Amino acid sequence: MAAFILNGSEVALDLPDHATLLQALRGPLGLSSPRFGCGAEQCGSCMVLLDGKPAYACALGLDAVAGRSVMTVEGLGSAEAPHPLQTAFLAEQAGQCGYCLSGMLISAAALLAANPDPDEDIIRAAMEPHLCRCGSHNRIIRAIRRAAREMAA
Amino acid sequence: MSHGFGAALKVDDGKPRLPGSLHLNRRLSQWLHFRADGVVEVKPGKVELGQGILTALAQIAADELDVPLERVRIISVVTPESPDEAVTSGSLSVQDSGSAIRHASADARRIFLSVAAQRSGVAFEAVTVTDGDFIGPQGKIGSYWQFAEAGLLEVEASPDARAKPASARRLVGISAPRRDLPGKLRGAPAYVHDLRLAGMMHARVIRPSVRGATLAALKDGPLPGDARLVRDGNFLAVLASTEWDAEAAAARITARAEWHEADTLPEQLGLIGWLRDAATRGERKITAERTAEVPAAAHRFKRSFFRPYLAHASIGPSCAVARFEGDQVEVFSHTQGPYNLRADIAKTLRCPLEKVIIRHMEGAGCYGHNGADDVALEAVLIARAAGGKPVRLMWTRADELGWAPFSPAMLVDIEVSAAADGSLLSWHSEVISNGHSGRPGRSPVPTLLAASHLAEPFPVQPSINPPLAAGGGAERNAIPGYQIPDLFVATTRLLDMPIRTSALRGLGATLNVWAVENVMDEMAALVGEDPLTYRLRHLEDARGRAVLESVAAMAKWTERAPRAGFGYGIAYARYKNTGAYAAVIAEIEAQDRIFCRRLWIAADCGEVVNPDGAVNQLEGGAIHGASIALVEEVRFDRRRVTSDSWDSLPILRFSEVPKVDVALINRPEAPFLGAGEASLAPAIAAIAGGIHAALGVRPWQLPFSPESIAKAG
Repeated sequence: MAAFILNGSEVALDLPDHATLLQALRGPLGLSSPRFGCGAEQCGSCMVLLDGKPAYACALGLDAVAGRSVMTVEGLGSAEAPHPLQTAFLAEQAGQCGYCLSGMLISAAALLAANPDPDEDIIRAAMEPHLCRCGSHNRIIRAIRRAAREMAA
Repeated sequence: MSHGFGAALKVDDGKPRLPGSLHLNRRLSQWLHFRADGVVEVKPGKVELGQGILTALAQIAADELDVPLERVRIISVVTPESPDEAVTSGSLSVQDSGSAIRHASADARRIFLSVAAQRSGVAFEAVTVTDGDFIGPQGKIGSYWQFAEAGLLEVEASPDARAKPASARRLVGISAPRRDLPGKLRGAPAYVHDLRLAGMMHARVIRPSVRGATLAALKDGPLPGDARLVRDGNFLAVLASTEWDAEAAAARITARAEWHEADTLPEQLGLIGWLRDAATRGERKITAERTAEVPAAAHRFKRSFFRPYLAHASIGPSCAVARFEGDQVEVFSHTQGPYNLRADIAKTLRCPLEKVIIRHMEGAGCYGHNGADDVALEAVLIARAAGGKPVRLMWTRADELGWAPFSPAMLVDIEVSAAADGSLLSWHSEVISNGHSGRPGRSPVPTLLAASHLAEPFPVQPSINPPLAAGGGAERNAIPGYQIPDLFVATTRLLDMPIRTSALRGLGATLNVWAVENVMDEMAALVGEDPLTYRLRHLEDARGRAVLESVAAMAKWTERAPRAGFGYGIAYARYKNTGAYAAVIAEIEAQDRIFCRRLWIAADCGEVVNPDGAVNQLEGGAIHGASIALVEEVRFDRRRVTSDSWDSLPILRFSEVPKVDVALINRPEAPFLGAGEASLAPAIAAIAGGIHAALGVRPWQLPFSPESIAKAG
């Protein structure tokens, strides 16, 4: 049995050792935002915040998150009260297929929490673990800068 | 439809010509459905691939019908109800589907207004439409919603319907926000991967150890949870109630399976030789021939250009859900061609088409024919053993990068001659490549991966090239858009196909545009002329000239100054020679390897429905091109594709992605030309030009890696 905090609420699951956090989130926990991309910590599609830091959910076992806090895009904001990053990504139309965006939002949220005014090079470095195949990178960078401005205002 | 290439090929069936896909799907009710609750359903046969097509199509319908965008609901493709628009590919969605929806909407508007005018005794010309309400001189006389149930659309579209003039459009030409992004940014279910059906089981496929392997032995042993093996010949899969058990079971079966293996792939290092050798057994066709008496040449050279196999490399692995009810199967798929997929599943199951229902749901961007169709058939094969329960099959990363179809390796030889002043006299080229389409639905036997692995296997057919009228495949953009009196282009399609090939964004243009543009650069240099000036004097098409001049102005081409370690290149193409015009300037930086730092793009896509959407596509296409130019190459040994992870198949990451500026030349009165692929190949060519400007060498093989640069002359 592994118990942890998911998007602010306590959850407890009893799953075999070979189940990953990503499978638990997408399976019994019913979430869609963390997405499977590679299962090998190489693309960032599955990124979640683990105690506020980006972590690959595809490679974590449930024992690794026991007693800790996990946040996904569902916990970042809602339709009624979106996170400034969600608003900024929409304003910049920063996405095409969108498959990578959950992971992007997660790492961007961690970045802005640690550095409220990152320059472009810092943003690129923070987003380096994330692959986007549609070529939305520049829009994503603009959206993160826009969110930083909104959050500072 | 039989050819499966959609409206791109005009069918002469004796019927009055209707725009785009409306010609082959003539009933208005196939496209539009008004509801009494104030919603109009628009039913395109094209599908959302992440390119924003559904937003653009909603704009076209809303504008023509005079309803706000919010009243338009797009119905994703489901067979057999949706119009058959063949495949969503070739940057043809706005041409095929947008033209059809515009005409159908104009016709529907005319029909509804006529009925309202007749019933109320008001002159047709006196009626206007506001928010779907029909307003006569005395006020409201009806609405789309009021007549929704009257069956008014159960007619064939009239060829006489007239869409609004460009000047009257209000919603086409604005950057309406993407309809799908808000949900995706909340992490809401959006993809077939997110589909959850009651009782749904999870599956994984166990691939043959190498290509062409046959199962020799499978040791017995326990499987985790309720996982069980599903086998049909060399097609092995596991089925379990949970994803983790399916995955663990697949690992155990992999370890227990023994395969008969043999070398079936060429030596990667000898790929060029292999292409030339296979070409002697290939099918050679003349692509273009224009003979002319030309004066003696002062300049002449011959060059060869090579491109490796390329991967689509979608970020989300392919996925499908299939469910049997009796002998009928329902498939949820991110296919680009729902009807084509239906055909190949039916062929594989040897059942009537009607027994297969395809429901389109989004996947990750595919950029062409990736594993989407293959995984759909595999989900169906596994679902046969699931007793009516839905089966979700998701490929692994290694499946996607190792087993999806690839864009073929290619070789182009060009021999060119010019007069003393550099004017081109002759151009002879030979394109060698496997076919660029192994899409389902076009061959008597199924082309899907698992079909050749079954106990009763279907033979693997060598891939084909779409006809030149549809843009061609290997020969796409092999015919230069420049003035050349003596022109000869031939294309050899290989009939040996050791690695399954199919369509990837740009098809043969990826290589051909770079080859053509490289030759233009080299000839310009030979006569001491600026690459831009040289192109302009060989280019008659005013729209082509306009994009070149526009991009040159954006990037301040004529003012560029030499800068150590940096170089600028320029390139141009009209995609498929019939589609969008794009000119690109690249700034590259040569360090221990080549980086592309900036791209400027000017494009003419004809009438632009959604400018920001078009810019997004052009920007993304150019970054895709930069990635192909600099780092991408499918790798293999004699038995298997080895580049099956992001480590071994890198694509550009954030730190390597160039900044991109895009200028659109909008032509509201001109036909739609598409946007998704136009910038990709010119970006590659412009990067090659930049490399020459920085380093003085012209690479002749993709990707422009340090090895490629070292071999360049």
